[in-house]
Formats: sequence, structure tokens, C-alpha cells
Amino acid sequence: MKHLKAIIASIALFAMFAGTSLQAKVEIQWWHAFGGRLGELLDEQVNKFNASQNKYTVVHTRKGNYSETLNAGIAAFRAGQHPNILMVFEVGTASLMAAKGAYVPMYQLMKDAGQSFNPKGFVSAVSGYYTTTDGKMLSMPYNSSTPVLWVNKDLMKKAGLDPEMDLSTWKRVGNALDAAKAKNIEMPFCTCWHSWVHLENFSAYHNIPFATKANGFAGLDTELSFNSPVHIKHIQTLGKWAQEGKFKYMGRRNEAGKNFRAGECMLMTESSAGYAGIKKEAKFEFGIRHLPYYGGTEAPQNTIIGGSSLWALSGKSKEENKATAAFLAFLSKTDIQAKWHQDTGYLGVTTAAAKKTKSSGFYKANPGTDLAGIQMMRNKVTQNSKGLRLGSFDQIRGIIDEEMEGVYSGKKTAQVALDSAVRRGNVLLRRFERANK
Amino acid sequence: MEKRVFFKGWWLPALLVAPQLLISFVFFFYPSGQAIWNSLFLPDPFGLKTEFVGLDNFRFLLSDPYYLASFKTTVIFSTAVSVSSMALGLYLAALADRLIKGAGVYQTLLIWPYAIAPAIAGVLWLFMFNGNIGLASYYLKALGYEWNHTLKGDQAMFLVILASSWGRISYNFLFFLAGLQAIPKSIIEAAAIDGASFWKRFGTIVIPLLSPITFFLLVVNIVYAFFDTFGVIHTITSGGPEQSTTILVYKVFSDGFVSQDLGSSAAQSVILLVLVGILTVIQFKYIERKVHY
Repeated sequence: MKHLKAIIASIALFAMFAGTSLQAKVEIQWWHAFGGRLGELLDEQVNKFNASQNKYTVVHTRKGNYSETLNAGIAAFRAGQHPNILMVFEVGTASLMAAKGAYVPMYQLMKDAGQSFNPKGFVSAVSGYYTTTDGKMLSMPYNSSTPVLWVNKDLMKKAGLDPEMDLSTWKRVGNALDAAKAKNIEMPFCTCWHSWVHLENFSAYHNIPFATKANGFAGLDTELSFNSPVHIKHIQTLGKWAQEGKFKYMGRRNEAGKNFRAGECMLMTESSAGYAGIKKEAKFEFGIRHLPYYGGTEAPQNTIIGGSSLWALSGKSKEENKATAAFLAFLSKTDIQAKWHQDTGYLGVTTAAAKKTKSSGFYKANPGTDLAGIQMMRNKVTQNSKGLRLGSFDQIRGIIDEEMEGVYSGKKTAQVALDSAVRRGNVLLRRFERANK
Repeated sequence: MEKRVFFKGWWLPALLVAPQLLISFVFFFYPSGQAIWNSLFLPDPFGLKTEFVGLDNFRFLLSDPYYLASFKTTVIFSTAVSVSSMALGLYLAALADRLIKGAGVYQTLLIWPYAIAPAIAGVLWLFMFNGNIGLASYYLKALGYEWNHTLKGDQAMFLVILASSWGRISYNFLFFLAGLQAIPKSIIEAAAIDGASFWKRFGTIVIPLLSPITFFLLVVNIVYAFFDTFGVIHTITSGGPEQSTTILVYKVFSDGFVSQDLGSSAAQSVILLVLVGILTVIQFKYIERKVHY
């Protein structure tokens, strides 16, 4: 009798669990770095996906800023508690790529799940960043932006300048800053993301190498090379402007954006994704221009991206990987991408999304929003303008920022600072090479 | 004079010290052992593979001029934080000790900042000295002094010292006040009757009688400046500009958790462990001798 009861109970229990596992949706985790307006838009995408089908549920969690999200993901991986999808900013790309076994490559994930997926649909300047040299896409581009020049037209007028004047070269920018200084404008020039704009993108834009071995794409034995005469000339110019009070240093990240939005700064170099905030807060007429270059050199090459991509981490069940694949395929859909592009100022990362946005008349209604895309795609990508793939790059950026602070404060010449940054950065690259060979 | 108790057998004393031993093992010996072990390896961030490198992590560190500079930064920072917060704490305690009316209110208000976590204190001071919206930087500018701690190392150092000392003044105040109140009034009054001035009494009676507390606070404050100011530095400067506010502990964090270089980070922890050990020995061997209990 006792036995019978136990058997019945266990059958009932089994049936209960079997029943739930048939009905329950597969749940997957996504860790990301977006708060504020961007976080809301991300949440909207997830809700749309969850409502669009009944097999999978995506749960998203914000883990702090880009670096914090990456570190949380890595720590969780070591502990075996990692999410299915991890947002990794472009700087962390090399670290993930080198960690073979920590992720399921995108092409593999899509193939295993039987999702139709066309890597060619992505803009090559974007997907190139996340693709191996033999053409295999490893992660899914999510948000990508590129630096542009933001203009406060009201301050231009105050400086006695034509707000539509040509600002395509740094020399012309210099002239405009002279005029602004003469009219006592407090902050003629400011910039966000110093290394990204003034060394990384600067290199690609002038088609000169930031590092050897195709900026690290062709091997871990790459060495930094951003201490060429052209680089030095540019950083020295920034240092000179800082000493003359034409350029105000506000911080390493995007702190200067506040000054621009408050109407204090006349010209600012910042990501195209500054658009959402500037459009919302600026109480002046603003304009968007291409990033300036040095005339006399060739016409500018293309700029490179900043932003993040989504990595499918390894060690998950087949079912969960299927869910991940379905969600990522959903995100790359044209209308999702087009909406994201128009809402945020990030680039449309698929060609179809860019086309759709154009045909909808968005660029006409919002002049300047197409410049970032044009700037990235105007030429065939070269070895120097494909992007960067350098290990420990978050740390190397820190070193570059430190050395550039030395130039802005007048303690160092650009030559000394960049030589030192290259030397110190190479030490880290060797260490990374050793840990990942 | 000393009382000594002897146990018969060994199991009861062993049982009585076991909890303490267990805690020491779990929270001290095990992690320290891990740090020493890890400092000999060069792992990749994800923990997929690791390589034995012997003492290479230490060689790498000691050849890095910024790491060596971080020692100097740490000394300047800890000294400034300990001395300024103790001096101000003592000054305020001496004043509060002489209060006749409303002592409780003053004391409560002075202790208040201690309730604020370092990271939050950091953000508060950062707001005041923020180049865009800070009141302090605004008034400094009006006085013709350009404040930009994101670019000027000495200003950044001043700001982190200020923010770190602020909450600490309360803590030191509390202990000094207790110490002052424990000094028998009769001794002070006797000295006063003998014609000793306030400063004379302060220098020859109060300070020596406060020395056990001063010594205790010195140890605790240096440990605080070494390890607990992390939140302040992280929120205000993140170690910049040009690593001018990167103290040793902050470097352990930034190399380990920002740069994912766990080998180097572990090696730094080991160096720090040795350093703090030496410092404690020095404090107890040389300074404690001058303390009157």
C-alpha cells in the first residue's frame, strides 16, 4: 500500500514537471549598459519581441556602463552564472575574440538554430569590426556611431562668423576659433572621447595606421603606431588651443556634451549619437558637420565606429541558443533597425534600414542626420580604416587619455606624450599577446 | 600582577578559539593564499587558460614607473588625510569639550558626516567642484582662480583629500571627545591653580593622556586612507588625471577589474599585504613605545 502511494505520487509529480516544461517558454537573459532614454528604447524592442511570438522570453538587465557590463559578464562567466547575450562595447571586442570558447560565433549560432541570416546585409564598415579576417561574423552589431562636428550656430553668429561657413578642415576650424576667442567666447571648442575622436578616428580618416598588422586585425603581435608626424601635429594643435584658451578640456568621456547642450561651447567633436540629447536639450540652433581633416593630405577616408555588439556566450542549452538566435535575428530586422537609427542618432547598421530611413524622408526633415552614415561609407574601407582590434584596449585608452592630459595642461609636448603612450601601450599589448597565445 | 588561567587538557581551549580561527582562515588566510598563488600566473580574463610565469608579474610591476609613482601618491594621500582629519577632529573636540550649553546638539551635528558612505561623499564634493555646475568652482572662477580638477593633478589630489578627510573628522572628533572627557578634571584644575596656562595644560597634560587614543586613531586612519577611500577616488577622479590620484589600492582595482589583468592585480595585492604588515610592525614597535596607557 505504502509503495503504491509513493509510485502514484512520483508519477503525478513527474507529470506535473513534464507538463510545465512543455508549456513553459524558454527564457534567456540579456545584460546591457543602457539607461535613460536609450534604456527605454531597448526595453521597447524586447517587449516587441516577447509579444511577437510565444516560444521565447527575453529578460534584460542593465549592469552599469559599458566597462562595468563587460566586467560583470566576465566575472559571471568565471562563476558559470553568465547571461545568454552580453553587450560588449567596441573596445572590448578583441578581448572577447581572443577568448575562444567563451562565446558561440554569430554565424555558428544562426546556422545551428536554422535562422536565415545574411551578414552581407550589414554595412561593411560596421560588420567588419566584428568579423574575422577570413570573413566569419562573430557578434551582432547593435549600436554604432561615429564622430561628427557639432556646431552652435548662435555662437557662430556672435563670433561674427557665417554659421554655414566651411569647417571641413582643421585649419578652417582654427580660424573660426581665433575669431571666437577675439569675441571673448568662453569655450570656442570642446571634445568628447579624446582617443576615439582625435587618434583612432583621426588615423582612419587620414588613412594612416593606428597600429601595425592592419590595426591588430592581422595578429596579436601588433604594435601601436599613432606617434607619426601627422598625429603629433594634430595633438600639438589641440595642446596649443588648450594653452590659448580656445579649447577647454572637460573630461575623458562625454562630459563636454553638457557644455555644448547648455550653449557654452561653439564647436564640439562628439559621437553622432549625441543627437538624441542635443535635440532634446539645446535651446539654440545647432548644425552637424563632417569631422574635419587636414587639407593637403588626401581627401578623407572613412571614419570608424564606436558602440557595442551583442555576443552569444557559450555553455547554454540548444533550446536557449535557439531563442538567442531568434531574438538577434529579430533585432536585425529592417523596421527595428530603422526606428533605432532615427530615434537615437546611431547608424543604421543594415543597408536596408539606411535605405528605408532615406525613403521615408527622415534625413530631409532632420538635416545632418545622414552625415554620419555618409562619412562612414563614402570610400572603400582600407586596412587603416576597417577598425581596431587591440587587446587590453580599455586600459590603453586610459593611458592615451593620461598622456593627452599632459599635453593639454602644457606639461608635455605632443611628441613626448604620444611616444610615451605608444611605449606604455605596447607593453600591455605584449602582455595580452602572452596571455592569449 | 598578570592573571593567567590554565586549562586542563587541550580540547576546551581548542573549541573556544576555533570560531576565531575559522573566521581568520575563511576571510584572511584563504584569500591571501589565493592572491599569492594567483600572482604567479598570467590568466586570460575569462579563466579559460592560464600560464605559470613565476615572478614575472612582479618584475612587470616594478619596472612600471607609474606603479612606483603610485607609492609616492599613496604616502602623500594617506599622510594628508590622517593628519588633517585628526588635527581638525582634535580641535573640534577641544572646543566641544568646553561647551556648557547645547553640547549635545553640536556633537550630533559634528558626528553627522560620518554617516555618509565614502562614494556618496565623493559625489557630493564632485558636485560642488564640478566644472560645469559646481558652486565652489563657480565662486573660485569669480575670484579669478581657474578650477579644473580633471586636468590639474594637484587640484584633483586636493579634492580627494578633502572629500576623504571630511567624514573622517567626525570619527576622530568622537574618539577625541571621549578621550578628553575621560581625563580627570581634578588634574587639570590642579594645574590651573598652579598657574599653568591653557596651552601649557594642553601640551603637558591633555596630549600625553590622549596618546593611547591618538595612537589608535593613527592606525585606524592610515588603514582607512589605504583601503576605504576607494569609493571617493572612484567617484571623483577615477585615479586621474595622469594617475595623479591613483593610490595603490585603486590600482589593484583598476588593473584587476577594469583591465581584467588578474595576475598583475594579485601581485599588487601581495605587495600591499607585505607593505601593510611592515607598517603595522613599525607602528606597534616604535610608536607604541611612546604611548602612555
